[in-house]
Amino acid sequence: MKIITCIKQVPASSQVEVDPKTGVLIRDGNNVKMNPYDLYALESAFIIKERFKQCNVHAITMGPLSAKTVLEEALFMGADDATLLSDRAFAGADVLATSYTLSQLIDYIKDYDVIIAGKQTTDGDTAQVGPEIAEFLNIPHVPYVKEIIEINEEYLILKSGYDHYDEIVKVKTPCLITVDKGVNVPRLPSYKRRVSMQEYKIPMVTLKDLNDQDKTHYGLNGSPTQVEEIFPPSSDVNSITIEQNPTKAAQAFMDVLKDRKVL
Amino acid sequence: MGYIKVNQSKVDDAIAKTLKKLCPFNAFEYEDKYLSINAACKVCKICVNKGPQGICEYVEEQQVSIDKSQYKGITVYIEQLDNEAHPVAYELIGKAKELAKKTKEPVYAVVIGNDIKKIAEEALTYGVDKVFAYQDEQFKTFNVEHYTNVLEHFFKTVQNNIFLLGGTPQGRSFAPRIAARLKTGLTADCTMLDIKENGDLLQIRPAFGGNIMAKINTPNHRPQLATIRYKMFNKPEKVTPHGTISYEPTHPFKKASNIEHIETIKEPPSLDISDAEVIIAVGRAFKKKEDLTLIEPLRKKLNAMVACTRPLIENGWFDAKRQIGLSGRTVKPKLIINLGVSGAVQYIEGMKDSELIISINEDKDNKLFNISHYSIVGDIYELLPKINDLVEAVQKENSHV
Repeated sequence: MKIITCIKQVPASSQVEVDPKTGVLIRDGNNVKMNPYDLYALESAFIIKERFKQCNVHAITMGPLSAKTVLEEALFMGADDATLLSDRAFAGADVLATSYTLSQLIDYIKDYDVIIAGKQTTDGDTAQVGPEIAEFLNIPHVPYVKEIIEINEEYLILKSGYDHYDEIVKVKTPCLITVDKGVNVPRLPSYKRRVSMQEYKIPMVTLKDLNDQDKTHYGLNGSPTQVEEIFPPSSDVNSITIEQNPTKAAQAFMDVLKDRKVL
Repeated sequence: MGYIKVNQSKVDDAIAKTLKKLCPFNAFEYEDKYLSINAACKVCKICVNKGPQGICEYVEEQQVSIDKSQYKGITVYIEQLDNEAHPVAYELIGKAKELAKKTKEPVYAVVIGNDIKKIAEEALTYGVDKVFAYQDEQFKTFNVEHYTNVLEHFFKTVQNNIFLLGGTPQGRSFAPRIAARLKTGLTADCTMLDIKENGDLLQIRPAFGGNIMAKINTPNHRPQLATIRYKMFNKPEKVTPHGTISYEPTHPFKKASNIEHIETIKEPPSLDISDAEVIIAVGRAFKKKEDLTLIEPLRKKLNAMVACTRPLIENGWFDAKRQIGLSGRTVKPKLIINLGVSGAVQYIEGMKDSELIISINEDKDNKLFNISHYSIVGDIYELLPKINDLVEAVQKENSHV
């Protein structure tokens, strides 16, 4: 059984702001972490690995060189292999270009039965990259998996959580699944693994390694969507601020409720 | 379409330092007096516009452009489960009609299922010009492979400009599949939509995972795809139908699929925070789960539903269905009381259209205060006990009457 897990480095904080004077984005780019949903993707892979005699878990990510740290984390958690996909040509990629690039890397790795990704990332929040990768690879995908009921080389039986209902499907391998949080409890990176993986050098794949080397299919050039403008969210509400001692503030709160006839 | 070029001859240590600091994505690397841009670059052009003069340059690359006049029509996908339409589709039809008025193009709907006459007829009552109905036994339950084949066929038949889907779990799984099949753009969870005269859809949504909005367009690809969350737009008024229903042939579609539906397990209908009239939303200011009992007296008095922010879901305090925000639910209650919620843009976009917004927070500069009708500066741990006393007093007063 060969499993590929797609992981991503995301900002640790969502506090991105725009300087109102200069219009410049202010973000502490040094503060990063692994996308929390990807921890569940990795753990799902490790659980499957424990059930099969021969199983390889290969973590992949696309990003700048510094994104290596999430791959190290994956290795220290239990991944057997890791690959970093990085090239200046991939810069500015939207969902389509990102998914296409990752599908090219997966084609390059070639041998796989199941691809596991987190349901979404906490920076893009689109949940679109997983299904698009599956489409580019021409394989089925099953989203929001909350339970892996059965798994073997031929097929998986999965339970997915949709808003007001759950759905159980049987899907043939190779396939891609995205997992929701709660599907398991992710393990922590272990010191033992860290020591045992010390010799492991994470390989880096660039554009020249991929099958399709046409630059116009990647990065900003390969992205149908373009960001025209970024701006701070508008706020045009007539706001009344109450700043008093707790007793008076509590009374003011009750008065508002009474005034507005909700009490 | 292009990239950022660095004029190396003008780069010195100070300039490199300035640019490294300026870039919000840490895309500059400076080594051996060489300033390079790495894969983290989002081509936001801040270095060009706000950086030291003459260092960074945006190099435009030409792309073959399409004839936009060949693509007409705004189409809404009507999601159904057991032949009941998801109401988000009607909200999108309302928006589609608004956009279509500006560019004078028709509004279509697509519905796929095994018994969809009623849905198709209902779509006409919202003023759709034409419903494309794909009715077949094999479409009984949603199958992403089958349904994507249908949409691919639809777009080959109709040179469509815009395709809108509800940002439901199904829509968010289906839309990317279609976008990748057609190799076109897709913007998830738009909070606003507008249209240019040339038919370009302006898709506005929070971006880069933070308190910032992005205006996105798809200048050179058709159709333009976008998903929009339920309750983001208003449901339009019903009108006298003028449109037609076209039952499309379904024999061209392959019956084989790699995905076999086994069972749909419906949950007993429970009250959804999207439908609540009064909501008390709690945020990170609550230090322990037990402290949530502090809101009970007020919750009972107001008959409110409790909702929360994402960190509290991550803590495991609540079921994900209680989360307000773009990755949770959009709510539009008559009253929402935010207790110790910091107001990430994700959250604000999910509740800003509430009729009355009251927020209590210790931090005066809290973002949520900007959109609140009443902003109360204070520590919830000090205020809530006092509010509870007052609620109890009201209770007693009422029982005397």
